[in-house]
Amino acid sequence: MTTNDILLWVVLPYVTIAVFVTGTLWRYRYDKFGWTTRSSQLYERKLIRIASPIFHIGILAVLMGHVMGLLIPESWTHAAGLSEDAYHLMAVGIGAVAGACTLFGIGMLIYRRRTSVAVMAATTRNDKTMYVFLVAAICLGLLTTIIGSGMLGDGYNYRETVSPWFRSIFLLSPQPALMAEALPSFQVHAVAGMLLFIIWPFTRLVHAFSAPFAYLFRPYVVYRDRGPHGAGSQAPKRGWERVG
Amino acid sequence: MRVMAQMAMVMNLDKCIGCHTCSVTCKQAWTNRSGVEYVWFNNVETRPGQGYPRTYQDQEKWKGGWVVKRGKLKLRAGGRIKRLTQIFSNPNLPTMKDYYEPWTYEYDMLLSAPLGEHTPVARPKSLITGKNMKIEWSANWDDDLAGGPELAPKDPVLVKIKDQVSDRVKMEFEQAFMFYLPRICEHCLNPSCVASCPSGAMYKRSEDGIVLVDQDQCRGWRMCVSGCPYKKVYFNHRTGKAEKCTMCYPRIEVGMPTVCSETCVGRLRYIGLFLYDADRVTAAAATENEHDLLQAQLDLLLDPNDPDVLAAARRDGIPEDWLDAARQSPVYKLAKVYKVALPLHPEYRTMPMVWYIPPLSPIVDALRETGNDAEEAGNLFGALDSLRIPIEYLAELFTAGDPGPVQASLRKLAAMRSYMRDVNLGREPRPEIPAAVGMDEETLYEMYRLLAIAKYADRYVIPKAHAETARDLEELACAVDYADPGSGGASGPFGEASGRPVPVAVETFHALKERQTAEVLIPVEALRVNLRSWDGKGGTRE
Repeated sequence: MTTNDILLWVVLPYVTIAVFVTGTLWRYRYDKFGWTTRSSQLYERKLIRIASPIFHIGILAVLMGHVMGLLIPESWTHAAGLSEDAYHLMAVGIGAVAGACTLFGIGMLIYRRRTSVAVMAATTRNDKTMYVFLVAAICLGLLTTIIGSGMLGDGYNYRETVSPWFRSIFLLSPQPALMAEALPSFQVHAVAGMLLFIIWPFTRLVHAFSAPFAYLFRPYVVYRDRGPHGAGSQAPKRGWERVG
Repeated sequence: MRVMAQMAMVMNLDKCIGCHTCSVTCKQAWTNRSGVEYVWFNNVETRPGQGYPRTYQDQEKWKGGWVVKRGKLKLRAGGRIKRLTQIFSNPNLPTMKDYYEPWTYEYDMLLSAPLGEHTPVARPKSLITGKNMKIEWSANWDDDLAGGPELAPKDPVLVKIKDQVSDRVKMEFEQAFMFYLPRICEHCLNPSCVASCPSGAMYKRSEDGIVLVDQDQCRGWRMCVSGCPYKKVYFNHRTGKAEKCTMCYPRIEVGMPTVCSETCVGRLRYIGLFLYDADRVTAAAATENEHDLLQAQLDLLLDPNDPDVLAAARRDGIPEDWLDAARQSPVYKLAKVYKVALPLHPEYRTMPMVWYIPPLSPIVDALRETGNDAEEAGNLFGALDSLRIPIEYLAELFTAGDPGPVQASLRKLAAMRSYMRDVNLGREPRPEIPAAVGMDEETLYEMYRLLAIAKYADRYVIPKAHAETARDLEELACAVDYADPGSGGASGPFGEASGRPVPVAVETFHALKERQTAEVLIPVEALRVNLRSWDGKGGTRE
């Protein structure tokens, strides 16, 4: 095992987790005002009407696929009576469809961003950087799906290397050797994924944490009192705080 | 019974001359920033006309407000689960074209163009794309019935009444009837924007009923924009957050009227308190028959002189000075005692709290043109019975199409006009005139005082935010010690609009100061120009 392996499969994952968690917390504390989807639907609605749902539903399916593939050990699905071949067929089938939707969706979104002058004018450098990392992770992910499926070459069972390595990170006993022997395409995808999570807290992607499930359970009309901070956005001066 | 206080407004449409002073001063105070160039918290529309944004009243298209299904109140755009499934793109959201694309002119070209044969021109430049643009629409494009035969027939209200009466009506209508409708946020008792917000960022203040957006909690899902049937919540396309009329709460809290009211040339706005029963709001909004909604809304408003109401209000923590204000409230008198003010589109079931006194003047004018004495009570009453079309139009606006309350309101205004003419001309006053509209002479005279004399102190009865917290009301005078005096639209590290929100007063102050003191002007091409506070010479970096 080389130093590189240690750096890539032990140090980088923990750095990713540290940056992802502290970055998100820090941004939430510091920048609630900037925490938004920054929607561009106001400028253009025809393309986004199709592209955005396709992309988002696709990527949520991809997320579910990752949870299944990485977190659930192979032995469990075996115990549940799901053979390796059956699992593989299901994963590749659903994964390819979800991945294709995601890629098609984001392709259309980027096309829209590029061709609609108003949307392009509202695109920041931060957005562009984020798109590079996001698209790279998606494309590499699709590539691993294709390679892993055996459509090109022999196929690959990542649940014997990548998945245990992924779990070992969270179990605090990292096993870089497992990842070191994985296929290069999987290695590259993993690195791209980690980089994406490193920039995540500092981009628009934070809106993913705002999925408003609480809407289903709260009363329709929200009442709030003026609160202890008084009027406006100004905090009360020292010595003028409300008592009780 | 749970008593709550609601700050509400009444506008006397008879006095509106369509000067747009309210819109302009509101714009200066609240939306003179980039991201909200196209936003008018207060706008004045000519009726008949398409309104702003265009055809917003067509709820079949825009799906704002509430509907009643099997006795239950439901958002017209769908229930909670449906709302969430549409979160990735809101199918009912207007685009900027439905408002208008804001622009500026290349004024600089007029000064800097080289000497040449032709006079230089200042071409319009889009404030959205920065490119040359063709101006095709704007707020008040159809002001004063401009483009009448082409544009006015698309007025959703006109379309609706045309279904009921014949085609002939339209032309007659255009000849006889035009008036202005100033609009702000309705600060509804049952706000559908608040109900639509997935993040719970929008709320109704329990002290005064003002509906606000928590800028720190808003995540830009845009459901409020489409949920509001009046389209009075706007999306700031720069910050990605919703913004709306705040009823100038920093002014209201210190007892001052809103900017739009204060600057109204016609002095047609009234601000005061309602006490209402919060427990019955949902049931009232779910009233089956649309024509009963007005009465249901009036029934929610509690009599501030009733000892039971006062006892309940004290129990629910409404301070004594607010109860005093509720007793003197001009809006309560106009809406519930005299019953001349009517809510805008009660059929949206949001229980709107900006009320309107329908305009009598167009009917007086029409009557005068026929050669009759237009201020004689009998003639006016007759005209009100025969001029069906304007009444039906007003009814479609204010009473879900029921002509009864509109007619009753206009008859009272006609009676007041006729009765007071006799008084002013030194003739014997005729008590049978107020009697004909179910009022006594004293009440009619009080109404005349409130509507025609309209003293400042009678128009605005605004109790201050509660006294022991008065020292907290610092927004009005905070500019000096605000912690981050950066540039106008301060930018955080995550792109524009991130970081802490800058108080509006501070942002405007710094924007103007920077422009006045900057050594070098940033060329217009390099940035977006804030139309309202721009002097034509480049702008501030944002």
